[in-house]
Amino acid sequence: MSEPILQVRDLDVRFRIHDGNIHAVKHVSFDIDEGECLGVVGESGSGKSQLFLATIGLLAQNGTASGSVRYRGDEILGLPEWRLNRLCGSRIAMVFQDPLTSLTPHMTLGTQIMEGLRSHHHLPRDVAEQRALEILEIVRIPEAKRRMRQYPHELSGGMRQRAMIAMATVCGPDLLIADEPTTALDVTVQAQILEIMRELKTELKTSVVMISHDMGVIAGIADRVLVMREGDVVESGPVDDIFYRPRHPYTKELLDAMPRLENNEGVQTCAAPAADAPNILEVSDLAVHFPVHIGPTATKALRAVDSVSFTLRQGETLGVVGESGSGKSTLARAILQLLPKTGGTVVWMGNHLDAHKRDDLRRLRRDLQIVFQDPLASLDPRRTIGQSIAEPLQSLMPMLTRDEVSARVRAIMTKVGLDPAWINRYPHEFSGGQNQRVGVARAMIIEPKLVICDEAVSALDVSIQAQIVKLIADLQSQTGMSLIFISHDLAIVRQLAHRVMVLFLGRVVEFADSEMIYSNPRHPYTKTLLAAVPVPDPAIERAKLHLKLTEDVPSPLDSRAQLMFLKSRLIDDPDAEQYRPRLVEVAPGHLVAEHDDVTSAA
Amino acid sequence: MSIVSHSADNAAAIIAARDLSGRSLWVDARRRLFSNRAAVASMIGLTVVGLMALLAPALSPYGFATQDWNVVSCAPPWWPDSSVMCRAGGAHWFGTDAVGRDLFVRVLYGARVSLAVGFVATLVSLAIGVVYGAMAGYAGGTIDGLMMRFVDLLYSLPFIFFVIILMVVFHRNFFLLFVAIGAVEWLTMARIVRGQTLSLKQKEFIEAARAAGVGSAAIVFRHVIPNLLGPVVVYVTLTIPDVILAESFLSFLGLGVQEPLTSWGVLIADGANQMEIAPWLLVFPAGIMAAALFCFNFIGDGLRDALDPKDR
Repeated sequence: MSEPILQVRDLDVRFRIHDGNIHAVKHVSFDIDEGECLGVVGESGSGKSQLFLATIGLLAQNGTASGSVRYRGDEILGLPEWRLNRLCGSRIAMVFQDPLTSLTPHMTLGTQIMEGLRSHHHLPRDVAEQRALEILEIVRIPEAKRRMRQYPHELSGGMRQRAMIAMATVCGPDLLIADEPTTALDVTVQAQILEIMRELKTELKTSVVMISHDMGVIAGIADRVLVMREGDVVESGPVDDIFYRPRHPYTKELLDAMPRLENNEGVQTCAAPAADAPNILEVSDLAVHFPVHIGPTATKALRAVDSVSFTLRQGETLGVVGESGSGKSTLARAILQLLPKTGGTVVWMGNHLDAHKRDDLRRLRRDLQIVFQDPLASLDPRRTIGQSIAEPLQSLMPMLTRDEVSARVRAIMTKVGLDPAWINRYPHEFSGGQNQRVGVARAMIIEPKLVICDEAVSALDVSIQAQIVKLIADLQSQTGMSLIFISHDLAIVRQLAHRVMVLFLGRVVEFADSEMIYSNPRHPYTKTLLAAVPVPDPAIERAKLHLKLTEDVPSPLDSRAQLMFLKSRLIDDPDAEQYRPRLVEVAPGHLVAEHDDVTSAA
Repeated sequence: MSIVSHSADNAAAIIAARDLSGRSLWVDARRRLFSNRAAVASMIGLTVVGLMALLAPALSPYGFATQDWNVVSCAPPWWPDSSVMCRAGGAHWFGTDAVGRDLFVRVLYGARVSLAVGFVATLVSLAIGVVYGAMAGYAGGTIDGLMMRFVDLLYSLPFIFFVIILMVVFHRNFFLLFVAIGAVEWLTMARIVRGQTLSLKQKEFIEAARAAGVGSAAIVFRHVIPNLLGPVVVYVTLTIPDVILAESFLSFLGLGVQEPLTSWGVLIADGANQMEIAPWLLVFPAGIMAAALFCFNFIGDGLRDALDPKDR
């Protein structure tokens, strides 16, 4: 057997902070062989990123690493910076999580990709350009020549991440370290990026380290897996052993926490409401358009939400699924009247929400609450969590005395699993999961009849996600409230929703009972979304027909975009007034937007 | 045995109590501020100057307006150029001016005026600027446009012209100094606060407050202004030296405080006139004022670092 490309022995990383030392990585040893993909899983704070930052000498100022890291037999830990620089970028490359912040905003893509070639290999400009074009083809960036002259902000998130991979691989590294490269991306884009990484591995024989918290991502790409927890490797082995025969309880826990598409055992969904449960919310033809300036005087309407209609019964959970830009958050804000709507009606228990004056709206807020995506950003950093939780009470039920408010805050804190003794603490002292419990408590304290969860668990670790989902389900069965659960993650929506609505560029493309949509999706977009969800099962992932999509989701400003799945009615003019696909009832309660296979009888 | 378990209980209780109190942002910020040596030294230095200014009558036998014709333009006793020393005159530590007044006492009385103008005018500009800027930024749209154009209008008035008009209308008055300087300084504060508010308005917690039914005014005072404190506190420490300099400039032109009362600006103006024959008249006030300004800037730097939320 040939020598491993990277040999890490007894690597130990510590950080010095004000409150003492943090032992981020505890005596970790592993090898990476040529052409192999090592998957590293763990929750946030498990030290998985620090392990590899230490390996290539990119630790923060207050960190120290000890042990041994050998690249092809040469010790590289503790090398002076200029020698590491020569190695990093040309032999070992790294791809980071956020593709926007890792690209320099004022340089064109071409310049940034060629930078590495010109400084490491001293290639003349035309040769470098040729090589850059080739690598852009490999990462499947369409119209590579034009893209070379574009700036990062002109590209979509998926394109940027592809460009990052191109930058990292342009010098032909032996080892590519990817730190959560797809976490910030939509599922379909994630599938494309993973496919590109898989190709790099098989065609260019590059060794890959894939760091991720998502077992599904790891299952699809890794040959061997390290499971990390609190700086320790708790289990390591071939991918099949880890997934089919996990030995360590923590590995099992991680696998169990993964929401799965194929079944939804484990989380007890609330029983579907009785058929005669009253409708509490009726939304019809809701539209939210934003004017976008496309020229000095011209504006064009961006149809963020376009003729969306649905009803919601008491005690029912509606799942809203879509990728970024599909208008799901805009929909939530329009229902809550946090954004002005352009057209349509929102009827809440017989009252037109838009017709109300400000004071009436405030009263209605007692019934309608929202849980936000980012648990830390949605809490005021200068207020204690007790003050944040009490806020709806103070503004909507001002007749309560101070003691009553405090008693209610303590009661709800116990209910959502927070120690009432923490009432005077600040959000930054808590983890994301605990802060999200605060967010849930704030939404629930006035006992609303409808709670909208806008990507409420998307920013959390998988195991924490499961806890919050369970908490929301429990609270729902206790109070009988209705839920609108918005997410880009089909697997999580499956756990909670009774009915699911799939949005594409602001329009409903499929709307059906949860069972129906997962077992018998009819619209091609729904099928694509379902196929793109990574499954924590290596056999299934390997057998998957891998997506060869290179296209971006079209811009919502382009009127042709809506007809991506109904090409027969397309007028090929970006400004023309296009046909709008209508919803067709293919089965009782199963609505599908017209596409090339299903068109209305008329 | 029982003793052991008892002390273990105690330890647990102590840990629990410590957990309960939590670490507030302000405790953290204070800890970081106090670990910044330059900022701590500056705070001590300013406190000493401030106390001495308050206690000036007790520190020296001379009054700030008492003239002693025996010691006109005397250098301090330890001045290197012995030809201008008047040893008989007693302990004039900073020397005396052209009419025989003790410079040490005058510098301390000048500190009273300069620091008072600095703090009061800054507080005035702080109060107006923060409220005005936060309201404009939070309201947005046309209201924001109108409010900020009004600020632009005031900006375009020449400062000196404005002060001279005030003096003509209301006659020379010490109080006018505060009004004139505060009226100009709040403009920049309002702009900074408005900009911060515009970005703060996009934050999710503001939206969360709106969803919780909190009214606009309450959001501005409860959520926007407290979160502006970081940049505002820093800007305040930069405004104080600015105000002191503005007062010096006005006094230099003769529009500020009147004799025999003095300020650092007046002393420096006098000193500058006589710096060839009596350099100490320039060196001491200018040196102390420069030191005070350094202190404010160091404190500002320290506060900026201490209140930076990223450092949490």
